Amino acid sequence: MTTHQSHTTGPTHKAVEAGVTTVIGLFGAVVVYGSIKAGINWGAEGPKAGFFPFYVGLFIIISSLINLWNTLREADGPLFAEWGQLRQVFSVILPTGIYVAALPFIGLYLASAIFIAWFMRWLGKYNWPIIAALSLGMPIVTYLVFERWFLVPLPKGPVEEWLGL
Amino acid sequence: MSRSASCLALAAAASILALCSMPASAAWEPVRPVEFIVPAGTGGGADQMARTIQGIVTKHSLMKQPLVVINKSGGAGGEGFLDVKSANNNPHKIIITLSNLFTTPLATGIPFNWKDMTPVAMLALDEFVLWVNADKPYKTVKDYIDAVKAAPPGSMKMGGTGSKQEDQIITVAMEKAIGSKFTYIPYKGGGEVAVQLVGQHVDSTVNNPIEAVAQWRGGKVRPLCVFDSKPMGYDEPVADGKAWKDIPTCKSQGLDIEYVMLRGIFMGPKATKDQIEYYVELFKKVRATPEWQDLMKSGAFNTTFLTGSDYSSWVGTEEKRHETLMKEAGFLAGN
Amino acid sequence: MEELVNLFHGFAVALQPFNIAVMVLGIVLGVIIGVLPGLGGANGVAILLPLTFSMPPTSAIIMLSCIYWGALFGGAITSILFNIPGEPWSVATTFDGYPMAQQGKAAESLTAAFTSSFVGALFAVIMITLVAPLVAGFALRFGPAEKFAVYFLAFCSFVGLSKEPPFKTIAAMMIGFALAAVGLDSITGQLRLTFGSTELLNGFDFLIAVIGLFGLGEIFLTMEEGLNFRGGKAKIDLRVVLRTWKSLPQYWMTSLRSCVIGCWMGVTPAGATPASFMSYGIAKRMSKNGKNFGKGEIEGVIAPETAAHAAGTAALLPMLSLGVPGSPTAAVLLGGLLIWGLQPGPMLFVEQKEFVWGLIASMYLGNLVGLIIVLTCVPIFAAILRVPFSIIAPLILVLCAIGAYSVHNSTFDVVMMLVFGVIGYALKKCNYPLAPLVLAIVLGDKAEEAFRQSLLGSQGSLGIFFSNTLVSTIMILGLIALFWSLISNGLARLRNRTAAASV
Repeated sequence: MTTHQSHTTGPTHKAVEAGVTTVIGLFGAVVVYGSIKAGINWGAEGPKAGFFPFYVGLFIIISSLINLWNTLREADGPLFAEWGQLRQVFSVILPTGIYVAALPFIGLYLASAIFIAWFMRWLGKYNWPIIAALSLGMPIVTYLVFERWFLVPLPKGPVEEWLGL
Repeated sequence: MSRSASCLALAAAASILALCSMPASAAWEPVRPVEFIVPAGTGGGADQMARTIQGIVTKHSLMKQPLVVINKSGGAGGEGFLDVKSANNNPHKIIITLSNLFTTPLATGIPFNWKDMTPVAMLALDEFVLWVNADKPYKTVKDYIDAVKAAPPGSMKMGGTGSKQEDQIITVAMEKAIGSKFTYIPYKGGGEVAVQLVGQHVDSTVNNPIEAVAQWRGGKVRPLCVFDSKPMGYDEPVADGKAWKDIPTCKSQGLDIEYVMLRGIFMGPKATKDQIEYYVELFKKVRATPEWQDLMKSGAFNTTFLTGSDYSSWVGTEEKRHETLMKEAGFLAGN
Repeated sequence: MEELVNLFHGFAVALQPFNIAVMVLGIVLGVIIGVLPGLGGANGVAILLPLTFSMPPTSAIIMLSCIYWGALFGGAITSILFNIPGEPWSVATTFDGYPMAQQGKAAESLTAAFTSSFVGALFAVIMITLVAPLVAGFALRFGPAEKFAVYFLAFCSFVGLSKEPPFKTIAAMMIGFALAAVGLDSITGQLRLTFGSTELLNGFDFLIAVIGLFGLGEIFLTMEEGLNFRGGKAKIDLRVVLRTWKSLPQYWMTSLRSCVIGCWMGVTPAGATPASFMSYGIAKRMSKNGKNFGKGEIEGVIAPETAAHAAGTAALLPMLSLGVPGSPTAAVLLGGLLIWGLQPGPMLFVEQKEFVWGLIASMYLGNLVGLIIVLTCVPIFAAILRVPFSIIAPLILVLCAIGAYSVHNSTFDVVMMLVFGVIGYALKKCNYPLAPLVLAIVLGDKAEEAFRQSLLGSQGSLGIFFSNTLVSTIMILGLIALFWSLISNGLARLRNRTAAASV
């Protein structure tokens, strides 16, 4: 397990886990804060709105502290992932993030076409005809299935407005 | 030459005709699918009505563009209202409302008021009926009130849909009228409330007719009175020889409370007169179909139809009333 | 005896050519809806409801209920192939179904899932046919306290199963509870944990969380491990169905237990989701292969699928006889009945015999037709895994985005889906179990609601949870399930320690 370490680098499991645990603990604190605002007493009619979330938040904080303690006691040990692997992961997360962010503005169809085309070209190295077929075909099929048959409107942008769809 | 010329002339004539006939038929028509927002979950009363309307529109081809029902139930319907509020100059979005039009902004503090939307038409009013389990000895409102008064305050359980909404408002009004306390237990849906009454997990409910009619016909529950100014207008026998019409008003039985729930249509702000007119005409056609009349009958709805300023002033009065009622009950946000 | 005569009448109705055509159409549409994440049974049925207006009521309800069966079948497909449960009750199917697919046993897993679904449904329909009135009466005894007890039992039979460190399990579950609490508190009608944001009014829908945590999280993990979906190379043909069938009868005990759990949960009506989790948890405890659960054990697919389908079918019974829906989809079907002028309730079985028995007959036939359709498609479904990752991944991501959007028609949900995806990736890498988190999101607010409704009724006294035999029995079962894991864990640790000491 630890013998590979000399060849590759990356964040240690310990560091990442400590970070994640801290974030969870902070989430718990937010929950506690929100619950106090909603009222945490046990009124005449049973518990108030914030009663349960308050204790849930407390549990999150307490268990996070224990988890953090356990994590920090661990040896520096194995890697969380190699930098190369993480780069791979982020090469999906970032474009997906851009896709999701662009969705409300340029509409789902155009965004999806660009996203699929990018993904296939970047990671799959397919040639353009196949890419064109899939990246245009998918939105069209989606349009037919969702908007035409099931009557579910999906987000649209200026292109759809211009096409009059 | 001459043939093609005549063709051209014909085509020109046809296009002029087409141009002329368009404004004659309707001033405004949807050019895209119309979104029909339901500020409540799937399967509830508003949802049923919206989907019935959608079915009627489709079946009788009342619109050229499809009508698409969308549920936006988050935050007691606040999500749906905010969506329509933000639909400035978008005439392709209408919403069906229930009493949460008033109660949701008051109880949750969501930044919304009905004046943020354009009133289109009142489709119907939903009645509220006081129901008790058929095994209980109360045959009349008086028996019931006596039992409530005799029981220690808080020991009678009233089941209803949602919290700080219409059912609980009526409950609080009843507490005031009777001079005792109920324990109000909120449930998710009207059907569930009716079954809880059948299972005797609550002592009474104020279900809408459509929610409890099945249990009434099964002999499991008994209606005591209706919270309207006059009895319901349906005289076909429903259960053990009694019709909706035979249920007395609560007022006549010494319980002076009136409450009906709006089933109306609104659209986004800044709608033009033509656009409102289009939807008013559409709903007039919907109301004329036999399917709509069946729905009205099965739910014993009050079929008052209002548009324009009559509708706005009705909504305005109701808003005032809800504000007073909810203030008295301590249901306003921030309390 | 009269029931059987009625049933045969029903078969005559359901077997009319038009109704059979409607049935097949419904199943196919249902499978499509089940496969598309986000659309789901309830939305799908609601969307297609107005289209059935021009049909006679019996045909219409046959079509809608077949869409429902189709969606129940279809939910398993994406769970097994891509770890994306399209429906809450398919979550438990991913625990072993997806590992099986990764090991190249997607076809076996799909076959087991479909067959178990059919068995569960068949069991439930037979129950409806024979003992409908009796069971409906039982459902009436379930008030808030009883419902809470059922949720309590579902949690108890599931916690203590994960191999992850206990405090990570607790943290994960509590995160789920916290997320479930966001939005409108249904008891006080007050907003909580929204911090004034209108986007959070809706709270966190289970589907958004699951599409992100499971679906996207898995894609990110796959990216890290190289660009391949594992298990794409297995040989697939229809014979695999027969081979799998041969191995199924040995799990009859698990199936039977899951059928009973499913029917009970469907009728009460707690729904298919607690049924599937409870059934999985109990199967893991009872099975001699319990240790392998979570690593691709076929029994871990059979148990939740049988229970979910049995519950989904049994949920129609309280809907028909009481007018109270046992699931969100049943709620929409109920609305459909009312629109056609049929009033569900005690009188339906008396007044609308043709309709009721036509529907029941269509449950038999619809499930059979559904089974045949999905089984013949098993090779096609399994072959999807052979499509190169760089093609299928963007398609899945886009489908996930559409699914997340269509739950509430909100682009904010799509953003949340991505956030959940990253969270899922990080939590999984850090050894946090995701299953308790999801279970808590699904059942958390319902359990809290039932708990507080009970306390309202009892005026604050906790005694209500032990106030009658029914509720006490369920609560005690739950406590046994809870402490059983502690006790058995403790025993095992003791045994280990003595073993270690003696060495």
